[in-house]
Amino acid sequence: MSRETVIDLLYLFSATTFLVALKGLGSPKHARKGNLVAAFGMLVAIVATFFKFVDGHALHHVGLILLAMFIGVIIAVPTARFMKMTAMPQLVAIFNGVGGGAASLVSITEFIHIKSTSPATYVTLEVLLGVLIGTVSFSGSTIAFAKLQELMTGRPVTYPGQQFINAVIGVVALGLILTILVTSSTTLIWVLLGVAFVLGIAFVLPVGGADVPVLISLLNSFTGLAVAASGFTLGSNLLIIAGTLVGASGMLLTRLMSKAMGRSLPNILFSAFGAVITATGASGVEGRTVRSGTPEDIGVLLSYASKVVIIPGYGLAVAQGQHVLAELASELESKGIKVYYAIHPVAGRMPGHMNVLLAEANVPYEDLIEMDEANSELATADVALVVGANDTVNPAAVNDPSSPIYGMPIIHADLAENVVFLKRSMRPGFAGIDNELLYNPKTTLVFGDAKDTLTKLVAVVKAS
Amino acid sequence: MNSLLQYATVFILTAFVGVEIISKVPSILHTPLMSGSNAIHGVIIVGSMLILGAANTNLEEVLGFLAVILATLNVVGGFVVTDRMLEMFKGRKPQTDAKSERPAP
Repeated sequence: MSRETVIDLLYLFSATTFLVALKGLGSPKHARKGNLVAAFGMLVAIVATFFKFVDGHALHHVGLILLAMFIGVIIAVPTARFMKMTAMPQLVAIFNGVGGGAASLVSITEFIHIKSTSPATYVTLEVLLGVLIGTVSFSGSTIAFAKLQELMTGRPVTYPGQQFINAVIGVVALGLILTILVTSSTTLIWVLLGVAFVLGIAFVLPVGGADVPVLISLLNSFTGLAVAASGFTLGSNLLIIAGTLVGASGMLLTRLMSKAMGRSLPNILFSAFGAVITATGASGVEGRTVRSGTPEDIGVLLSYASKVVIIPGYGLAVAQGQHVLAELASELESKGIKVYYAIHPVAGRMPGHMNVLLAEANVPYEDLIEMDEANSELATADVALVVGANDTVNPAAVNDPSSPIYGMPIIHADLAENVVFLKRSMRPGFAGIDNELLYNPKTTLVFGDAKDTLTKLVAVVKAS
Repeated sequence: MNSLLQYATVFILTAFVGVEIISKVPSILHTPLMSGSNAIHGVIIVGSMLILGAANTNLEEVLGFLAVILATLNVVGGFVVTDRMLEMFKGRKPQTDAKSERPAP
């Protein structure tokens, strides 16, 4: 067997491990193993590449390659290891963005490299797509990171004529692509890179609030496609397979996520959702009263319940209250009270995000129930304990066709006999909409930091 | 043109496989899935190595060097973050913390 055949076989092996990994993610039991299998496959591919011949010679600049890898590793490992679990969405965003940037650079460098051989038009097209999609993913992910990390406002950023300006940028990019296809101008490719960079920013700015994670999923899919485009340019099946897998699965995941929010993808991307807060939220709030209670009241209420459904939201994660919450739950369970955690598909800031946070606090996987099951449990529950959630229990999604979240499936906390909200303040949730449920006569509010309140609740429950 | 056709075939078939595999993933694993697939497109590191390894000019070297750094961030960060997430998905196990005084079942 020739050297090339061996390397290609190893690449085939790697591609297979990626499939196995994605398959493994289908069950919590095999997911971790699947990820490790993919990591091993990746390692095999990287090692094999060191032995590859390019342009008829062994790889040059091996020292530089190792140095660049070393730099990457010493930045990536601490960042990935020590960022808080609540920061996961923005970590995924930034690691996705750099991948898009790499794909873009690979495409452009390969173009410079092969330009003297006057490549076929379709090769140029592959390069241009790689540059365009990869760069949009890079700059878009960076903005998404900044939004989630609160380096800038998380709300949609809008300005007059935004849609028009975005359309113009898009048309300019398209015009550049056509021009470069005809002229093969390297200079114009750099211009395209710049335009794509601006396009990525312009594309992400009007998306805000709870929609950012959907956007990250879409950008993840984009990076996959950019990698596939680079694979076409370089003639690498491995890159095409891995990139396409991610591109296709990312598209599907994005659709699943927007479906969980009851909205269409174009609506999420172009409607500057959340910018309408003042229009919907401000009216009718004035002068309405809410009932607030002390942790002691609630602790007693919980102690004498027979079924409690906990509805956690991002506020819980922000307060780092998941461990105390788990303690409260096991305290209640030891009194023979049935406790469930009702998980909305978009609780936290990404689908499954809340599961990760609760798993971190050693909450048994079996106690978590999904929305539909939660809604049937809630009908017979004594207490719905809403911890740091808001939009996911907002009845406006069902009752108020004028509400921006109208149509989003919600957890019907209002079905329970008592509703308890642990809230920091009366501030509206991530989507910026006022919540009718807060004014419901069944509802009691406990103001304060979720973690503090939960700690007090644990003490009261223990004592009673 | 032959090779283009072969790559296009791989592309189309993989796209369907990708959708098929993902449609079976439960929603609770969507975040790790996004993160895991994020790590997988880090395979661009192979492309980055190839362009740096083939670089003839200073410009190509600089671009390739940057590409390898970025791709390494993607691969390493992606896998580590995913592993950290998945580490936390455990089934019911003997109570360890908070309730350690309770005898294991």
